[in-house]
Amino acid sequence: MITFEQVTKRFPDGTTAVTELDLDVPEGEVVVLVGPSGCGKTTTLRMVNRMVEPTSGRLFVDGRDALRIAPHELRRGIGYVIQAGGLFPHRTVTDNITTVPRLLGWERERATRRARELMELVGLDAVVADRYPHQLSGGQQQRVGVARALAVDPPILLMDEPFGAVDPIVRARLQQEMLRLQAEVRKTIVFVTHDIDEAIAMGDRIAILNVGGVLEQFATPAELLAKPANAFVADFLGEERGLKRLSLRKVSEVTADPGPVVGADASAADAGRVAAEHGTDWVVVVDDDRHLVGWATVDELGDAARLGELDLQQPRLFVYAENSLRAALNAMVSSRVGVAVRLGPQGTYEGVVTHEILSAELLR
Amino acid sequence: MEVFADVVAWFTDPAQWDGSNSVPARLVEHLGYAAASTLVAIMIALPIGLWVGHTGRGGALAVNVANVGRAVPSFGVIILVVVLAGIGFLPVLIALVAFAIPPILTNTYTGVRGVDATVRDAAEGMGMRGWQVLRHVEIPVAMPLIMAGVRTSSVQVVATATLAAFPGLGGLGRYIVNGLAVQNYAQVVAGALLVALLALAVEAVLAAIQRLVVSEGLARANADAAAEARMTSTAA
Amino acid sequence: MSLSAVPTVTAQAGGQPGVDWAWIERNAGYIGEQFVEHLLLTSIPVALGFVIASALGLAAVRWPVLYGPLLSVTGLLFTIPSLALFVLLIAFTGLTIWTAVIPLTVYTLLILLRNIVEGFRGVPAAVRDAATAMGFRGVRRILHVELPLALPVVFAGIRIATVTTIGLVTVSSLVGQGGLGQLFLDGFYRSFPTPLYVGLVLSVALAVTADLLLLALQRALTPWTRTVS
Repeated sequence: MITFEQVTKRFPDGTTAVTELDLDVPEGEVVVLVGPSGCGKTTTLRMVNRMVEPTSGRLFVDGRDALRIAPHELRRGIGYVIQAGGLFPHRTVTDNITTVPRLLGWERERATRRARELMELVGLDAVVADRYPHQLSGGQQQRVGVARALAVDPPILLMDEPFGAVDPIVRARLQQEMLRLQAEVRKTIVFVTHDIDEAIAMGDRIAILNVGGVLEQFATPAELLAKPANAFVADFLGEERGLKRLSLRKVSEVTADPGPVVGADASAADAGRVAAEHGTDWVVVVDDDRHLVGWATVDELGDAARLGELDLQQPRLFVYAENSLRAALNAMVSSRVGVAVRLGPQGTYEGVVTHEILSAELLR
Repeated sequence: MEVFADVVAWFTDPAQWDGSNSVPARLVEHLGYAAASTLVAIMIALPIGLWVGHTGRGGALAVNVANVGRAVPSFGVIILVVVLAGIGFLPVLIALVAFAIPPILTNTYTGVRGVDATVRDAAEGMGMRGWQVLRHVEIPVAMPLIMAGVRTSSVQVVATATLAAFPGLGGLGRYIVNGLAVQNYAQVVAGALLVALLALAVEAVLAAIQRLVVSEGLARANADAAAEARMTSTAA
Repeated sequence: MSLSAVPTVTAQAGGQPGVDWAWIERNAGYIGEQFVEHLLLTSIPVALGFVIASALGLAAVRWPVLYGPLLSVTGLLFTIPSLALFVLLIAFTGLTIWTAVIPLTVYTLLILLRNIVEGFRGVPAAVRDAATAMGFRGVRRILHVELPLALPVVFAGIRIATVTTIGLVTVSSLVGQGGLGQLFLDGFYRSFPTPLYVGLVLSVALAVTADLLLLALQRALTPWTRTVS
């Protein structure tokens, strides 16, 4: 959808921001440009809508040579979202969102209807329609920025550190909502950030850039974390690469160990036998519907005839199929016996995730 | 209190309300000078200020114009113009315009330059052309400052036109100058009161217009801008 | 009451535009006197205005509710044309120096008040907190921490007020004061432009010099604001 061919940008002061960049942004994907400051990520993004003119090389947008299209026409087909929104302070939310439609000559009524749709799409309450930007929270401003960029339904969206100006909690929520939105609208998105975690969370693919706009690696987050191309990439990904990989995988992707399970009717002797078979000193107790009753070490059971009658311990944390393996790891380290108990949607016991399972997954 | 009674007597004298030296006639005359010079100043200063602000070229000039305007005493310039060119509306008008330009020019420039870079970036990024950015974004956002400049210039022109009565121009200043010359203090005070009221009225009317033409979204910026403009103004 | 400051002569316009150097030489002493008077008529109001505006400004920093009303009142006074204020004062102060000094002082208030308050408000809260945490209190905190940091903005106000006053002083010639403004009147009554040139040039030169001196003083007092070149 967007193709950089040997694109170089040198500024008049002699600094080279981007060096012979070859990059292909596939249609409908989110490509994140990430790297340290001075790596030319914002310059690269701004060349797509020609806010910055390349010094040399070729640039294709939607199959057309972008350098041969009048900049203002090119830009009207590309949504542009910047940090803190860049909202027009003298215009209401509705008027901000309808800016491009109005420029293109839409009737006011149609544009307003479109604004209402977009506000709903980005999760803005209709009551803010007539407010001015300074009356909105940072998160709301950012949503207006996204809605405004989507106003004429452009196939491409450029997002330059869009969530850089909001606090971490709001940022995490905006990221989640952006992903939900993207699943719905399927735009081709170029996203710039300096935060590798945001890149991993948002990107279908990540381009890691080095100072001077040198592309070090372009890959999916999983590939990147599993096989960093060089020391720079590995360093940029940080020391907790294993954890980051776990955060990309879901509990449903691994097969849980059935674990040492006994029914509520079983006796202490039955439990001891099951535990021994599994090489553990504890058992999980479930009832007839496979709902979890609790767990206990063999020592604690004494000579009880029916485990269901005992006051059993409860795991502190559970995991479900849609949780990440990182959440499973967290449940494991919080557990006295070092496993994460996996439950089904109805709360039924589905087995345990062990550290052997996680290690095997990372080594794959 | 004697003066007070004299002033009341002056105002209630039917002579002040009829003829070419009457209060309404002098008021219209004064307003005419002020309106004409302010309008001409706007026509000159606004386009230059917008252009310099939009392109960013010649900013130092736009800022220094205000400093020069402040340093040159308008009273002396008005008299010099009359001494050299004779008393006439046009030479005085040119001088009044010259002093009305700096506040409008500087404020317009400052206002346009002061538009948040991200806002301008967003406007260009969504495909606005240069003049569209100016019309849809820069002018409306700079409007509080532009209007503040117009207010400053207008009030200043009312004051300078009063001074222009000394070398012979008409308007309300005539009451003061003639009163001083013939030692009629009641008339001097009456003229001073009229001039002061006119200046305050002009300020109030323009403040009301400003509220109409400035977006509510900029309300917070408004108060600041008004005070800011005073910083670039010249008392007269 | 005497209003003799303004002669009843009506002048005829149409002077020759050239500069009469001989007149300047002959009247060097007189020009010097007016220049000194101009200096006096500038420094007294700016100094008085600074004292008053400082008191008002510190009050407005201490009690922020005062700031709005103070700005409105000083703004209102600033709007009144200078000639009107000068002649209104004749009733109270006659044709003394106060007739010039009081209005000129009044005109400095808006500019100085605003810059003093904005200067103090511009001191970063973190710096103020740090000073308080180190044990600075009340007057000492103001003198040792806040005042130095507010100085650049305060000085900007003093510079504007000074330059503005230098121009306004000339108007007070109409009420018998005026410094270099007297030269304007001389030139007018005699339809003779040379005194006008002298008055204008000296007045502008004074404004520029005063501005630069104040700037130099500010730089000397606030070495941390100088940029390394």
